[in-house]
Amino acid sequence: MSFLELNKVTKIYPNGTKAVHETSMNVENGEFMVFVGPSGCGKSTLLRMIAGLEDITEGNINLDGILINKVDPSERDVAMVFQNYALYPHMNVYNNLAYGLKNRGISKEDIEKKVNEAAKLLQISEYLQRKPSMLSGGQRQRVAMGRAIVRSPKIFLFDEPLSNLDAKLRIQMRLEIKKLQQKVGVTSIFVTHDQVEAMTLADRLAVINNGLIEQLGTPIEIYNNPKSMFVAGFIGSPQMNFLEGELKNKTLTSEGFEINNVTSDFNGPVILGIRPEHMSQTDKGLINLSVDLVEQLGSDNLIYGEIKNKKDFCFRCPGSQIIKKGSKLSLNINDNNYYVFDKSNGNRVN
Amino acid sequence: MKIKLSQILAHIVLILGVLLMVIPIWLSFASSTHDTVTILKEGMKFGLGDQLTRNYNEVLNEKGGWSEEVTAAKMFINSFIMALGIATLKVIISAMSAYALVYFRFKFAVPIFWLIFITLLVPLEVRIFPSYKIVSDLGLTNSYTGLVLPLVASATATFFFRQFYKTIPDELLESAKLDGANSWRFFIDFLVPLSKTMIAAMFIFMFVYGYSQYLWPLIMTTSEEYWTVVMGMKIIFTESYEGVALPRTAERFAYIILSMIPPVLVVVFLQKWFIKGLIQTEK
Repeated sequence: MSFLELNKVTKIYPNGTKAVHETSMNVENGEFMVFVGPSGCGKSTLLRMIAGLEDITEGNINLDGILINKVDPSERDVAMVFQNYALYPHMNVYNNLAYGLKNRGISKEDIEKKVNEAAKLLQISEYLQRKPSMLSGGQRQRVAMGRAIVRSPKIFLFDEPLSNLDAKLRIQMRLEIKKLQQKVGVTSIFVTHDQVEAMTLADRLAVINNGLIEQLGTPIEIYNNPKSMFVAGFIGSPQMNFLEGELKNKTLTSEGFEINNVTSDFNGPVILGIRPEHMSQTDKGLINLSVDLVEQLGSDNLIYGEIKNKKDFCFRCPGSQIIKKGSKLSLNINDNNYYVFDKSNGNRVN
Repeated sequence: MKIKLSQILAHIVLILGVLLMVIPIWLSFASSTHDTVTILKEGMKFGLGDQLTRNYNEVLNEKGGWSEEVTAAKMFINSFIMALGIATLKVIISAMSAYALVYFRFKFAVPIFWLIFITLLVPLEVRIFPSYKIVSDLGLTNSYTGLVLPLVASATATFFFRQFYKTIPDELLESAKLDGANSWRFFIDFLVPLSKTMIAAMFIFMFVYGYSQYLWPLIMTTSEEYWTVVMGMKIIFTESYEGVALPRTAERFAYIILSMIPPVLVVVFLQKWFIKGLIQTEK
């Protein structure tokens, strides 16, 4: 039995919108699970159902062996970090951390001990007497984390907690959250729409689209082996290139080139997916790219160009390689690292 | 130079405004320190006279009214009790009803809110007969309860509290829920402290409202024991008209000045929160 079990969990709003379809998944004790998907895909709704902030229309959620469908949020022993932190503006940091403990009837000495421990762990000890309005974004973020940690809950729930921070701080806090989770070892679920955050934080990753889990697995599994066009397009940056084509008798024809011996018995119109980083320059390659734009990132160059009918085809090469706008490149796909999807439903066929 | 001219103009307007407010009060105060004969002979005075202690002492302690038993001091106490009762209950009831309207999803919450809001169009003066009938049927005439109770519901305050609660982000409630706060705790631990400036502002408004009630206590009370200050202004020190004695103008001025003190004190003590509550900076 897993630590957290979702069994055919469904959410239908009173107006008839189905936000989450029969979703089943397990989260193991101590695992860092990330829900990733575009906005409005139901990932937050799923998280809020686990927290108890949304009613479950159908299905069951078990936490630590207890069915929690009807358990009040305060008694589920879950802690949540909100997108806007939801710090209590009229209480100082100490009381923000202590409030949940006070409501649990914990003695004053124990509260003080726990708050001080959490504050030390998060390096917010010196702000304990300040009000949230006197803190910077990063400090508020820490307080919000502290409020979750101090209660030592069964599970941490993060609802896009980094999206209000600037880029630099976001990367820094991302790292800290991961370190902290490893140190404290509490089962965590993290919701984000940022695929980099998802890849870096997750032990396992659930890619959600339209209220359905499209794929569940470790980040690398999902990156290497996306099951559908949606997952392939969502995970990986820059995005995978998609080309229209036709697969017939294991031969794929697309945008002026052919790939033979495709490992698929599928026949019909397909979409060919190639990651920008899975190509390299050769003398007589498959793909002929006329360069329109070069983005120099320093370590890498992102080359955008046209192949036959496809515009904005992206190719990634080391930053040391100098490529000029207007030049023609000949590219090969490395080690058959390409993906073929059924055009009609987006499912992977190779 | 242009800016200076406009500044001077602005100050002139402001000073005129201040004078307009202050001069009548000063005139009343100055007149209350003379004896009646002087005022009757020479009109209202700008300068101070020498009868201050005598006049004020007389006003506070002389027994007046038809039964010659009620003193101004007693009326002050009555008014204070009435205003305090009205203001306190109005704030508590409005805050709680707004809480119910905003945070509890019960049927017809919106129509109920508008129903409350519409009562703004039906002030006490309009519904005075039914109100009187109810209070007298309950046997509450000539009691503090009767003075206070019909006035404790406030659409204005409910509206203000509702608007304020609506600006509080939902996450705060959700976070509090996860921290184990029930609905009662959320109200006490969150909404009350967050709206304390609002509470102070509403309290002042409602205190002054309660203090200046005239018609209701006039109808409600037959016993002089429950007379209020504002009623007294009309009734007290009038007996002299019937006799040969002079009208007691100086004492009545003193009475007016005294009657202004309680609301002024409330405003002075609460003005810090009052201003904050009106401009809503602290969130």
